[in-house]
Order: sequence, then C-alpha cells, then structure tokens
Amino acid sequence: MKVFLGYASGVGKSFQMLDEGRRRHERGEDVVVCALQPEYPKPIEAILANLETIPMLRIAESESIDVDAVVNRCPQVALIDGLAYENPPGTANAQRWQDVGQLLDAGISVVTTVNLQYLEKLQEEVERITGKRVSCAIPSGFLDNTADEIVVVDAPPGDTLWCEPTPGSAASVLAEAHKLSRLRELALLVAASVVDRQLESYLRSHGLDQSSGVQERIVVCVSPRSDATRMLESGRRNADRFQGEFYVVYVQERAISKREQDTLDKNLKYAGELGAQIKILSGFDNTEAILDFAKHVGITQIFVGHSTRHGLRTRIWGSLVDQLIRAAEGIDVVVYPQ
Amino acid sequence: MSSSIPNSAALSSEASRGSLGRLQLFLGYAAGVGKTYRMLEEAQRLKSQGEDIVVGYFEPHGRKDTIARTVGLEMIPTETIHYRGVALPEMDSSAILERRPAICVVDELAHTNVPGSGRQKRWEDVQVLLDAGINVMTTMNIQHLESLNDRVFHITGIRVRETVPDWLIKSASEIVMVDATTEALLNRLKRGVIYAPEKAQQALENFFKESTLVALRELALRQTAHELDVRGAVDAPEQAVDAFLRSRVPERGTRDKILIYVSADPSSAMLIRRGRRMADYLCAECFAVGVVPPVRDHGAVDRVDAVETHLNFARNLHVETRTLQGEDPAEMIVEFARRNQITQILLGRPKHRSWEVLMGTDLILRVVRKAKDVRVIIVAEHRRAPRPAGI
Repeated sequence: MKVFLGYASGVGKSFQMLDEGRRRHERGEDVVVCALQPEYPKPIEAILANLETIPMLRIAESESIDVDAVVNRCPQVALIDGLAYENPPGTANAQRWQDVGQLLDAGISVVTTVNLQYLEKLQEEVERITGKRVSCAIPSGFLDNTADEIVVVDAPPGDTLWCEPTPGSAASVLAEAHKLSRLRELALLVAASVVDRQLESYLRSHGLDQSSGVQERIVVCVSPRSDATRMLESGRRNADRFQGEFYVVYVQERAISKREQDTLDKNLKYAGELGAQIKILSGFDNTEAILDFAKHVGITQIFVGHSTRHGLRTRIWGSLVDQLIRAAEGIDVVVYPQ
Repeated sequence: MSSSIPNSAALSSEASRGSLGRLQLFLGYAAGVGKTYRMLEEAQRLKSQGEDIVVGYFEPHGRKDTIARTVGLEMIPTETIHYRGVALPEMDSSAILERRPAICVVDELAHTNVPGSGRQKRWEDVQVLLDAGINVMTTMNIQHLESLNDRVFHITGIRVRETVPDWLIKSASEIVMVDATTEALLNRLKRGVIYAPEKAQQALENFFKESTLVALRELALRQTAHELDVRGAVDAPEQAVDAFLRSRVPERGTRDKILIYVSADPSSAMLIRRGRRMADYLCAECFAVGVVPPVRDHGAVDRVDAVETHLNFARNLHVETRTLQGEDPAEMIVEFARRNQITQILLGRPKHRSWEVLMGTDLILRVVRKAKDVRVIIVAEHRRAPRPAGI
C-alpha cells in the first residue's frame, strides 16, 4: 500500500494520488478508482474521466467502497481517496481502513490518501496543536503492517503567498495559519522519521556505518562527580532545535562514594524528566564505551563536561575529553564547562 | 580590530524585504522527483486565476509529462551564449525585467551560468528579478544547499560544486517539499523517464544509489520542516506560541552566540558551514574570527591569505567576520569570546596534533582550559577519500 500523507484537506493529496493513478494507467497498469470524495475541482475531474471507476455503495447520505465488486473485478491497483472514512451503519466493516485491509488481502495494491490527524500515534501531538481530536483514527498497527511507501504532500496553506497580506488581519486568522504551519511541519517530520527508519535498516542490512545517517543524535555523558543540570538542559535544547534524538549515557564506575551516588542519581533523574533515552554502559575504557555506543546509534554530538578542579594537565591531557576529541571522527565533541 | 558586535538583525534579508519580489522554492532531493512538474502545475493554476505569469527558464530534460505542463504558459526566449564554439541557452534576465511579469518561473536555481553570461550563478539572476519586485517560483535539490555540502559529501562521496547560499533560502517566503518515494524514483530512472540511458547508468553509480537517495530524502524533509519552524517562530501570533514551539526546557540567559575560529587550515570551510547551520538551528548569532600575526613577516603571508580567503567565504554565507591581531590564537579567541558574551566556540580538529598536545601548545586544549564558562565544540571531519564529481 502506498499512502499520500497530508496535513489538511485541500493541500492536493487527491490530485497527486489520482495523477499517479493516471500515469500508472498510461504505462499499462490495471488501475481502478474505488473511493472518491463527493466533489472535485476541474483538473481532477479531467483525470477521472480517463480512469475506470467502480461506483460506491450508497446508504442513507453516505457512501462506502463496494468491496465485493472490487474484489470480483480484481484490478492490479485500487485508488482510494480518503482512508480514514467511517462507513455508514449497516456496512460489514465499520471503518474504511478495514475494507482496504480486505482488498490488500485479496492481493490488490492500494494507493490512498490520509490526513495527519487520523493517524492514531499522532493524536496527542495534533491535539496539542489544534486542541481537537478526531474520533475515527487509523490504528498504528494497521499502517505499520500495510503501508510500504509513504509520500508527504506538502503545500502552502491557501493562496496567501502571492496576495498582499491584508493589513490588520484578524488574530484568529493568524492563529489558524500558525496551526496549519505546525501541522505541516509535523507531517514532514513524521515522513522524515519513517524515512529515517528505512535508512537505518538499509545501512544495517548492508553492514554500513550509521554515520551516513541524517538525523542529529545527541548524547550527554554524565558522571557521578559533577552536577550536569546545565549540560543536560542544553543537550535537550539542541535535540529539540535540531529535531533530533536525545540520549544520556553513564559509564559504570566501581566504588563511588555516597555523595557521588547522589549526584549521579540526581543527574539521571533529571535526564529522565527531560525525556532522554538513558543508557548505562560498562567497559574498562570510558572513551571506548562511549564511542562504541556513539557509532552504534549514529551519534552526531557528544556533550562532555570538563572539570577544572583537578590538575589540568592530568585532567585534560589524556583525559576523557582529549581521548574523545582524538577519536570521535565525524562527531562534534561539545566540551561543557562545569 | 573591532571589539563590539553589531546587531545581526541587519543580516536577515527577511527584515528588509519590503516591496521586493517574493521567492517560492520547490525543494526536492534528486532529479526526477517532480519539482518542475509541481511548479508548472502551480503556475498553470495561478494563470487560470488570472495572474500575470511567465516562464523565464525551463529545463525540459526531454520529459514528456513535464513539457505538457508548459502548454499555454508564456515563455520568455532564452539568450544564446557562445562559449568555446558551442551555443548555449541561458535565462535572459534583461528580457524578463523588460516584460515585468508579476510572477516568473525559473527552473534550477543552483545552475551555474556559462562563462560570458552577465552573472555567474542563476541565483544571482533570480536576486535581480526579486530586487525588481518580480515574484519568483523556482526549483532546487537539497544537495545544493551550501551548509549541507560536507554532509552531502559524506553521504554521496560527491563534492557538489553548484551551491546556493543558505541566506537566500532563508529569505524565501515559501518552501514546498516535493516528495516521492525512492522506489518510485528508481523506477522512473530505470524506465528512462529521468535521463537518457547512458546518463541513467552513470546516475545509478552516483546519486541514485538507494541508501544515498533515502538519506537525501530525509535531509530534504528535515530541512523543509526546519524552514517552517523558523518561519513559524517569526510569524507566530502571541497567543499561538504553544508548547510545540517552545523548547521543553526554559531558556536560561540570553540567546546563543557562536564563534567560529577560522585558521589557514582547509578544514575551516567545513567549520564555517557547520557553524552557519548550527546558528540557524539554534537561532543564534554567529561570528567567524581569524587571528593573524601583528607583524607580517615573509613566512606568514600565505597563512594570512588563506585566513582571509576563508573569512571571505564566511561573508558570502552572511556570517560576520573579525580579524584579530596577536601572537597567540588561543588567548585572542578566548579574550574576544569573553568580551562579546560568546556562548560557544567552534574549533576544527587539525589532522595532526599529537605533537602539539605533548608540547602543551595544542590550540584545542588551551582554549578548553582558558574558556572557563564557554562551551567549546570540536568539529571533526569525516575522513573519506573524495571521488570525482559525478552528475
């Protein structure tokens, strides 16, 4: 199944999906339109005129896919505009995605469209932006198992670009535009994380180095000897700004004092509050343990504190900081004053 | 030598746009994702709404579907430039200026003009159109963004020569991501839709490897999201600045200020790009600082020139620069940082430094030691044998 993901209605998902159907049809694939919206602008009508359509079933005021008819016709590709519809009462399946599941089971490829707010795992994020939550979300499990490809349909909201902004636009209009912009950003990031997983598994399966990855991944190294509050906060902030992942590591040390244990616990507790993924590493050599971890997950920035309390020569020269600097190829080492 | 740092707001071209034309960029991650197609669709739609729109430059690449999208649009004839006995078409900016459309479509923003053209780069031509108040729609691939040059080199092994400075992209009113799956793209390539067969084969060996395409796609998606984030932060009405925008941790103190230490070492270019990018993401101010000896003895001339070349490069990326005079770079940098409330110092890791470490003259360690309350970031380049530039 291929999914065209949009952040709102009217961004052009239907057009892009149906236009792909047209191109496939022109290349000789057996393409059939199985679900449509009630009304379309002219360019889309023109595409539809050249494609075979299996009429939808009408119950009361709403429509549903004629699953039996589609399965009997058994096309190569079924175009379904709008994956997240609720079927009218009395239909075999309550939700359209269940119909689609049946088509996929019958060996039919599906090309479909969906809006961000209908994805179950994004419900919270979307609600935080819009203050609204839709009732009929598509379960994550269904998409994870069936969506082989995802394409983000990106477009500016409305026609705001070429017309002069009206002076003193109502605050509500601005707020609305702002919400749309946040949703749009979310759609891009969702697609990016899907692509990131694809890249990661490709690199792994080909035995390639994770450093060819794209996402920023930040790790803060905490120790039992100093309060890492500021370093953790700035790591978190960097992760947010770079839309990256945030890790905190501690390389286990033997025999630490009660006071050191308290400092460490406090550091790790705060790391947890900041939403870091915490890893406790072990190894004889701190640098090696950290770098092994960094290479494994594809870290791009290592935050490490340096203390000025000990003799500088010994602290820095031949210290963790310098060893990291020497060995961390392709990784930024951020030396944090403590 | 100046010690005060002027307000960097003047650098933001957004602030001074006024009656200039607006720029809309269709961003993709490879040839064939459908940038030009999308742009022309949009042009057709605007034309049908009665907008005065022309095509200033269009690269057909022999793609049937794309060519069909130009039907009915007014095309400004290209200018023919003769170079080494070959006649090559370039965009005719003067003709466009004379025609004065409301919107002009310009394909392939990163293109380098043939020697003998009025300007070196197409993006410079586009700037002239924008300055004249003409709105421009254009296309670009992510690998042409200057600050990503090293990243792209690491991913693809190809040093992209045609780059567009980040500030121009920042000044765009709108960036639209043109997405396609890598599967679809590779199919298009194999069907011969994107390039002629010989070129397609060459492409498969360069940019069109699956892992490369997937990585470039992710870069483009993240860049577009970032551009929206930056614009959102600027236009957000007070009441709409929600938790999504704000960092999860309170901002302590003031905005970040980044110092990039520019030396004669060739890695300085990489450092400047990285610093520029970091500043953009952290919404920080950014300075490139070079240190030259106070007395210009004969031996230092080459080094001073190299530093100056790097500072020039920084200026092209709209990074403010300073040249300090002194014997001891570590001392000078930290001193400058302290006086100017720098929060982060960016240093490159030179290829050989064990000798300096032993001697105690190592710049990195000395800066780390001196810069008591400033973060020091050591940027290490990936080592990778360069391959000859491909497509």
